Amino acid sequence: MDLQILIYLVVGATFVLYIGIAIWAKAKTTGDFYIAGSGVHPIVNGMATGADWMSAASFISLAGLISYLGYEAGMYLMGWTGGYVLLAMLLAPYLRKFGKFTVPEFISDRYYSRTARVIAVMCLIFISFTYVAGQMRGVGIVFSRFLELPIDQGLYLGMGIVFVYSVIGGMKGITYTQVAQYIVLMFAYSVPAIFMAIQFTGNPVPQLAFGSQMSDGSGFLLDALDKTLMDLGFSSYTEPFNDKSMIDVLAITLALMVGTAGLPHVIVRFFTVPKVADARKSAGWALIFIALLYTTAPVVGSLSRLNIINSINGSDNTGTLYTEMPSWFQTWENSGLLAWHDHNGDGKLQYAAGNAFAGNGKPSFEGDARGALGERITTNPSAGEVVNKAPFANEIYIDRDIMVLANPEIAQLPNWVIALIAAGGVAAALSTAAGLLLVISASISHDLLKSTFMPNISDKAELRASRITSAFAILVAGYLGLHPPAFVAQVVAFAFGLAASSLFPVLIMGIFSKRMNKYGAISGMLTGLVFTMGYIIYFKGIFIEPMAANTAENWLFGISPEGIGSIGMCLNFLVAFIISSFTPPPPQDVQDMVERIRLPNAAAAAHDH
Amino acid sequence: MSTNTDQYWADNIRLILKLLFVWFFVSFGLGIILVEPLNTIEFYGFKLGFWFAQQGSIISFVLLIFYYIKKMSELDAKYNVDD
Repeated sequence: MDLQILIYLVVGATFVLYIGIAIWAKAKTTGDFYIAGSGVHPIVNGMATGADWMSAASFISLAGLISYLGYEAGMYLMGWTGGYVLLAMLLAPYLRKFGKFTVPEFISDRYYSRTARVIAVMCLIFISFTYVAGQMRGVGIVFSRFLELPIDQGLYLGMGIVFVYSVIGGMKGITYTQVAQYIVLMFAYSVPAIFMAIQFTGNPVPQLAFGSQMSDGSGFLLDALDKTLMDLGFSSYTEPFNDKSMIDVLAITLALMVGTAGLPHVIVRFFTVPKVADARKSAGWALIFIALLYTTAPVVGSLSRLNIINSINGSDNTGTLYTEMPSWFQTWENSGLLAWHDHNGDGKLQYAAGNAFAGNGKPSFEGDARGALGERITTNPSAGEVVNKAPFANEIYIDRDIMVLANPEIAQLPNWVIALIAAGGVAAALSTAAGLLLVISASISHDLLKSTFMPNISDKAELRASRITSAFAILVAGYLGLHPPAFVAQVVAFAFGLAASSLFPVLIMGIFSKRMNKYGAISGMLTGLVFTMGYIIYFKGIFIEPMAANTAENWLFGISPEGIGSIGMCLNFLVAFIISSFTPPPPQDVQDMVERIRLPNAAAAAHDH
Repeated sequence: MSTNTDQYWADNIRLILKLLFVWFFVSFGLGIILVEPLNTIEFYGFKLGFWFAQQGSIISFVLLIFYYIKKMSELDAKYNVDD
């Protein structure tokens, strides 16, 4: 069957499935809408959390990122999984026991302070909108590539789908669609990985193929990759600290782990299970489902790096004639994600270390103009120098994002696998976007409207309000996806840094320290927030010009803006403990509440919403 | 809190600290700080430090959580606080 029709069929079928689930799981009360009536089985919730967690970026960009970073990519792999250990032991069971709807609600009750709640809501909204704008962009890109729609139309379609199932279904609808989306995205991710693992090593289990002998007799996979890369002038794949220092890798890993545990859309998933013990179990299952993808991604990354090098440089390592390149090269050249400039004029493509294009290494195309061989003409070729004793100069630009998207074509996998990748990418983007939009709307309708401005609003009216804010949040997210503000590219630095430095410490202290009071919590939260945001803006220049070059010499202790959340977190803890030791302890009823949330059974206040 | 529940909480904290140490050791320790010496050890086609950074730590995290779940359900039952 024609590839395009197949893609429409597969993606269309998944849409019908998602909307069908949403209608079946329609939310009837605010409890359904915010936390799915606390009736979700822990394994089901684990799967939903997996889909919620794995964003368009995990699905599309992670393997590409790994394939370029090599060892250092471990900081993302450990960072985005290690946080679940913290969630399972330090947060999920106690926040579930607290038994209300939102994260700011816990902060407000525990710190008996409306100010603390409003600060938490502000952090939550900023984190979630930064994150969701990136997702909407991802939806647009996947749609435009696979459904051949312009990016803006792809975005409207994505918004429409999310609108239907999150506004009708609320958390309940989102939970069950996320389960379906997890299955789609995991299947879509594994199938090409298994195909490639068999192709290269004969071992169908990607995690084992990672350490296997290559079928072509070139030794172990990772050794072969190291050798291929170093022959072409790249740095080794498995050796540490080529691009980043040890201290920076440590700081980034910690900031990502702690940030994960402090992200509101992740925490709130644990409010949906029936019991405290289920919250722990659910975190374990969530990590299993996440680990399946995160242990496969490095295998996909390394195989696709080898794959793309082999198919460009050819088996004799002299390059491949442009006219003999398979069709995927032109497909992706048309979208501007691949480019070629024939530095040595031999009509062959050659890939090695160094930039084929001047400036930041990205090609600028001369409109749609074509050269003699049919290649797109670029206007900014570099000098074409051979670097690190490579056999030839690099002539190729490869956008990392195509590693997952183009892999099935490069590895010559059947068309249905390509259609599956399209559906998987869409599922990953939609599931994360929906989860984020829900915490935004819950926070506005519950934390601001119901608790701050209109305390007497009825449950029915609040449900209507949350549907309206949810629709409104989708419009804002869509707008941000169409006109991405500069900070969207900094999702990692911002969202994780702020979650790590503002929300995570106050949640931990709220549970583990009975003595922590509102003065400590508020000053800690503000310190972490201002420090981390200030540091990121200072180097990345969001809203303003950067005030210093973003290079290691200028960084505090050699820690980059991506990792600074870990220092922000320490400052938050430090300031909070100092301030609270000079100020009066929290009232008795708050201390009693802390004792109650520590015990799974003390029934009082646990189940009355 | 009665002495019974105080004891429950103290046991829980002790367990958490023990497991957090392992959590730190497999990721920050074996995966980052000790990666260079560990990379000189090879097993089954992997350099050991690299394997911990990209596979081993994640697998350890899963095992840690399930160990915690098991131990906590024992503690919940022992102190009779399960819900």
